[in-house]
Amino acid sequence: MKHLISISDLTKAQAVKLLDDASELSSVNEREVKKLPALRGKTVVNLFFENSTRTRISFEVAAKRLSADVINFSAQTSSLSKGESLKDTAQTLEALGAHAIVVRHPYSGAAHALAHRGWISSSIINAGDGSHEHPTQALLDALTLRQAFGLNADLSGLNVLIVGDILHSRVARSNVLLLNLLGAKVTVAGPTTLMPNGIEKLGATISHNFDEALEQKPDAVMMLRVQKERMQGSFFPSEREYAKNWALSSERFRRLSSSTRILHPGPMNRGFEIASEAADSNQSLVLKQVANGVSVRMAVLYATLAGEEN
Amino acid sequence: MSTILSNVTLANGKSADIEIEKGVVTQIGSLGKGIDCSGLIALPGFVDLHTHLRQPGFEASETVLSGSRSAAAGGYTAVLAMANTMPVADSAGVVEQVMQLGLEAGYCQVQPIGAVTKGLVGEELAALGSMANSRAQVRVFSDDGNCVHDPLLMQRALQYVKSFDGVIAQHAQEPKLTQGAQMNDGALATELGLKGWPAVAEEAIIARDALLAEQTGSRLHICHLTTAGAVDVVRWAKNRGIAITAEVTPHHLMLTEESVRGYNPIYKVNPPLRTKEDTLALREALLDGTIDVLGTDHAPHSAEKKDCEWEAAAFGMVALEHAASVLQDVIIGGGGDWELFAKVISSRAAKIARLQGQGALAVGEPANLTLIDPAAKRVIESKTQSKSENNPFAGMELPGKVIHTIYRGEFTVREGALRA
Ligand SMILES: [Zn+2]
Repeated sequence: MKHLISISDLTKAQAVKLLDDASELSSVNEREVKKLPALRGKTVVNLFFENSTRTRISFEVAAKRLSADVINFSAQTSSLSKGESLKDTAQTLEALGAHAIVVRHPYSGAAHALAHRGWISSSIINAGDGSHEHPTQALLDALTLRQAFGLNADLSGLNVLIVGDILHSRVARSNVLLLNLLGAKVTVAGPTTLMPNGIEKLGATISHNFDEALEQKPDAVMMLRVQKERMQGSFFPSEREYAKNWALSSERFRRLSSSTRILHPGPMNRGFEIASEAADSNQSLVLKQVANGVSVRMAVLYATLAGEEN
Repeated sequence: MSTILSNVTLANGKSADIEIEKGVVTQIGSLGKGIDCSGLIALPGFVDLHTHLRQPGFEASETVLSGSRSAAAGGYTAVLAMANTMPVADSAGVVEQVMQLGLEAGYCQVQPIGAVTKGLVGEELAALGSMANSRAQVRVFSDDGNCVHDPLLMQRALQYVKSFDGVIAQHAQEPKLTQGAQMNDGALATELGLKGWPAVAEEAIIARDALLAEQTGSRLHICHLTTAGAVDVVRWAKNRGIAITAEVTPHHLMLTEESVRGYNPIYKVNPPLRTKEDTLALREALLDGTIDVLGTDHAPHSAEKKDCEWEAAAFGMVALEHAASVLQDVIIGGGGDWELFAKVISSRAAKIARLQGQGALAVGEPANLTLIDPAAKRVIESKTQSKSENNPFAGMELPGKVIHTIYRGEFTVREGALRA
């Protein structure tokens, strides 16, 4: 596997292997000396055109635990604001010795372009492109679910409910694809204005009522972050009305079965889309997701960088 | 000194010889030996209602000279040059300059289109009357690239151009419904995470403008139809007797949104590529006369405008040199005849634009004609006479080849070779 751009590039066997590797690597994260020599001599560049400290740090920690050198390059402090093209930036980074480029970009397809347009030959890992995909997030969510439900291969039989702004969410798209690939059943719920046309064709059942969707007793509920700019975009009448219908409030949380797990990709708008009572409960997997993020990203870096020599 | 084209096949299927003298078709009949044109179809020179020649302002992508060479190579003897240049063709000075550049190039008639609004920004009317009365005699007005979305301004423009028999060519795109839009709305846009461009954004403007054209009694032309629903609206308006005409591009007849899957900006175009069902509806509409003309929407862009990520790339594709081949596939391949082909690629466009001396192959008319070999097959190349190579048809095999293009009695293309 040279690149990771989209979940749709993975076979089921590849996805399960990444989760297996991540599980194994997570034991490294529990050791005193959290370092493996696997990627010694390799250079990983974090090329971030959007601010995302969490994802960037997660990749950075993952690369360092595999002994890779890490360069952080963010658009705010670079020549990109002066109109330098993505192509030029990527070629420059490769000339500086990058073996893998982890890219976060506001445009859908930016990671695909770096991987497939012949501009550079580095491995490309998509850390989120526009509203297209965020494959490592979906992998870490799958690993978290696998652990929480004591599964050891795929996610057959699980019912997962994803709630919120599906339209703009790359996390939702990658999750719908990966959960399907791993045999889980996915329902997406949210206001009709935030439901993308044709999402059912990616393998999701659509619900327009959170409470009805909860009555189906999902094994896991994944709450999505509502971006500030959506609140002004007339996608829904008011924050209050959104929260009333779509928040995992304390009241809704208390109605959940005690076996239902809660996920959120972070950062959370506490008190808006999710109540602290839910986020901090022992049903919440939010911190497990963060920890698994490092393991999954180690597995992905290893598969793309060490894999190419095999 | 006259030229005789021997043994051509006319659009009506009959064989004839054509005599050309002093730039005029002087006889059509049985005239004896001349240039052997056996197997070639003789058609009125092609007329493109929708060409972006990019000059003045964007000469790195195209010039009037390079664009009119490309036009001649594609069989065109007249092109209508869109107004979105820099400066914008919104005054008599600019349209006269474009016309003059066309005369100097000498490969085809370059007839400027005037902007509807100053600077194409949709706020105040451009100098419509001055452009109409200028040496360029502008009759077609368009803000193409932008939609004249303000209904009052559109109504006034329709009313105003009526006095000199002008037509408003509308780029039908409701701006609010297409903010940030990147590709056809639907499941594929969702999968690719690209913002959808809904059909209703096109159809709503066509419906509104058809009603405005009815109310004002003015002529309305709709640029580049792309959806089955747009075809329905135009069909409805025509049945109602509204003076509406419609155009389709080669790419919307043949390519679909599936091409966008690899995020290659060569397929990025405004309006966007639609679905297979839409292409079928457009083909049917061309055959039944709902769509009047083929407009190439030839939109050259330099390499750097396309060699970038999808959302950063420019909209548009070149089209002049494969348009006739696409049309042959659609019309002749779809059971139509060469008379319909001639209407769609030439005579109706000349009529809509009120161009004199174009769109007719007849005795006494200026000798603007194109001879094609319908039996030829050719692989489209990305390098053409255009300065730009943003051509999604490159590598495809298409039928038909332009053998001769004759503009005002002179060969611009002879035996398939463009005049130097
Ligand atoms: Zn247009």
